[in-house]
Amino acid sequence: MEFFVAQILTGLANASSLFLVACGLSLIFGVTRIVNFAHGSLYMLGAYIGYSLMQVLPGGVGFWGSIILAGVAVGIIGVLIEMLVLRPVYRAPELFQLVATFGVILVIQDLTLIIWGPEDLLGPRAPGLRGVFRIMGEPIPKYDIVLLVITPFVALGLWYLITQTRLGVLVRAATQDREMVGALGVNQVWLFTGVFALGSALAGLGGALQLPKGGADLLMDFNILAPVFVVVVIGGMGSLPGAYLAAIIISVLNVFGVTYLPQSTLVLMFIVMIVVLMIRPYGLFGREEVAGEHGQVGEPEDPIKPASSRARLIIALGIAALAFLPLYGSSFSQVLATDVMIFCLFAASLHFLLGLGGLVSFGHAAYYGGGAYVAALLVTHLNSSMEIAFMLAPIGAGLAALAIGWVCLRLTGVYFAMLTLAFAQLLWSLVFQWGDVTGGDDGLVNIWPSDWLNETTVYFYFTMLFAIGGILVLRHIAHSPFGYALRAARDSKRQAETMGIDTHKVQLLAFGFAGLMGGLAGALFVFSKGSVFPNELEIARSFDALIVVFLGGVKTLAGGVVGAGFFKGIEETLTRFEYWRLVMGLLIIGVVILAPNGIVGSLRKFVRRLRGVSEGEGA
Amino acid sequence: MLEVERINSFYGKAHVLRDLSLSVPKSNVVALLGRNGAGKTTTLKSIMQLVRPTTGSITFQGRSIAGSQPHKVAKLGLGYVPEERRIFTDLTVAENLLVGKQPPREGAVTWSEDMLFDLFPNLAERRNNRGKALSGGEQQMLTIARTLMGNPSFVLLDEPSEGVAPVIVEQMARVIQQLKSEGLTVLLSEQNLHFAQAVADLVVIIESGVQVYNGTLAELNSHPEIRDAYLAA
Repeated sequence: MEFFVAQILTGLANASSLFLVACGLSLIFGVTRIVNFAHGSLYMLGAYIGYSLMQVLPGGVGFWGSIILAGVAVGIIGVLIEMLVLRPVYRAPELFQLVATFGVILVIQDLTLIIWGPEDLLGPRAPGLRGVFRIMGEPIPKYDIVLLVITPFVALGLWYLITQTRLGVLVRAATQDREMVGALGVNQVWLFTGVFALGSALAGLGGALQLPKGGADLLMDFNILAPVFVVVVIGGMGSLPGAYLAAIIISVLNVFGVTYLPQSTLVLMFIVMIVVLMIRPYGLFGREEVAGEHGQVGEPEDPIKPASSRARLIIALGIAALAFLPLYGSSFSQVLATDVMIFCLFAASLHFLLGLGGLVSFGHAAYYGGGAYVAALLVTHLNSSMEIAFMLAPIGAGLAALAIGWVCLRLTGVYFAMLTLAFAQLLWSLVFQWGDVTGGDDGLVNIWPSDWLNETTVYFYFTMLFAIGGILVLRHIAHSPFGYALRAARDSKRQAETMGIDTHKVQLLAFGFAGLMGGLAGALFVFSKGSVFPNELEIARSFDALIVVFLGGVKTLAGGVVGAGFFKGIEETLTRFEYWRLVMGLLIIGVVILAPNGIVGSLRKFVRRLRGVSEGEGA
Repeated sequence: MLEVERINSFYGKAHVLRDLSLSVPKSNVVALLGRNGAGKTTTLKSIMQLVRPTTGSITFQGRSIAGSQPHKVAKLGLGYVPEERRIFTDLTVAENLLVGKQPPREGAVTWSEDMLFDLFPNLAERRNNRGKALSGGEQQMLTIARTLMGNPSFVLLDEPSEGVAPVIVEQMARVIQQLKSEGLTVLLSEQNLHFAQAVADLVVIIESGVQVYNGTLAELNSHPEIRDAYLAA
């Protein structure tokens, strides 16, 4: 019993930061409709800035002052991000705003590395709170008790702000219909900025508050994202009490998990989430998202046309040029081309889901990395032949996608997106934590192809066959009746259903198929490199694919492929520099602001303008 | 007071308003009539800058407002009452009014919550109810009351009689007459000719985004053929 109480108290203390970060995220989303992926980065900055301040400011006042100042500083950084990066793209499609926030993540990662260096920082203890309290005989760190006491007051303060002040009323009104709020004479621009500042400050506070417990490191930004998304999904987007309750549930559960089932902590979190969503699809206190109800819908999409004969010729020439690469290219160029083709297939599989299906998956790496791991596990543990493993990998990834899709498709919009990311992170943590089977951080090595393929040029052709074949199959499906049904379900679910299309089934099949193709890319990858590590499953990999699809252009079929080529090319060039993330991040932000239709979309627009015609050709 | 000259507005590629002009004199009620899909709502949204006309000019009290932000248009004293009501359903009646609150304006009535509850007695007892708990008619009253909280000198009213009970329509007509007697200028879009008859001084009829009639209510009444040609029976 005593132990039980102690566990609960620890869980409540851990809930503190999680709650602050989650309600910041949900506040920002509510008003601006932007899922701020950089929220984890703001949390990380809060920790680093708090750490530095604590080095300078002495004593208890210094400690607590540092935490508050860190919150204020991160709030100001949030304002800068909002003004410089997001303001120019508020009118762009929602997904572009997300890509802009990915860019911010990369920039903040490198800036943090430049300023604070690569070492993990051990958080200072709170002065006067070093020891433990004995509660029913069990030792509880004093700092935990303080956190546990403070959090309800912070929550209460926020609740007061949101429910009892005019600002709060405006925020809630804007959450529902921001255009109407503007028409009533409220300047949304400053409302947005204010909310962004508040949400960022909360993330910064969360980061600084957890310093004595967790310190500061460069992985904090991504590590907090999955639990925060889970909290927001469980609690219900935009609900303060929901976020609080969900943070407590997750944190308490986590503490018990660590004690009883140390390898299952993250899995447990997802099981709870799935149970909650089965019963309440929009979270404990959430309500259905009706984004797009008022003035949110962008321009209607141009229909996708089959490639013109000229486009077909260009594609055929491109493939031919690629096929003869071994005649004129070096061995290194073949390896590079292999990488690019694999990445193109990966991106094309996401594009299929996202562009045609309108299903924004934030966790597509689950199927890419998943496919790679299926193959690697088969080879490592069952001594399976390469051919069998290569065949089973996409099937395994496809089945995983079907299962995950079945859960995620119960939700729509941002909930769907967050859930897909959370599942990808679940897979990542399974692989990461289950070292006995998956090798954990050390990965799985010696996964080479069979002898007949174990040569750069042969593998290059092997990849070409499957990657280009896969992309052509995806294209073909886009123009098939199934592709029409998928697009119909994207554009108007209800109308599609009245025409007799089982939209759920169509979308689930699309999800499974995209997973299968992602898995194929993963299988090609693992045998080309001979090894696989958990980073093939991590959030950053999912983001790579998303960025590529957006860079290329969501609305164009060629987008995924062009974006992938561009991205790999840039990555290859940039990774030679130490701070390539910074450059990449700035580049992404630049593209988002300057070319909101992506590369293919913008080129097409440019060509149209040159020709002076209003209708372009499909690609 | 409001001059709209040759505006063209689009929804995506659909050309909705074509060289539309209209003018609303001070302290008048102008009814904008036309069939469903004629462009009435788009006209009001274009004035409010919720839809941006691509060409043409809009001046309010001598000031150009084309290309301005909706909140700036509202600040000049233009109040907008949308068609679909668009009240904040998760907010209480009092909170809805608070969102609309703006500082007093010279030359316009300064509304308080109590004054609005006198105007719409049904809302008074619903003060602490959430918007979603209100009936359709109450929601319609709340939308108007919320806009009046901004102390406008001019109100754009989009189909206030649509989908509400006849008894409420009558009440709405009385309210508009009262507002007019207090000096408020109104541009009202309507399909319900009877409602327009009860409140309007001037009438503009549009068809497919083009103005087809402009005159007084009395003139329109003496030309039933126009009525029959452009308005639903």
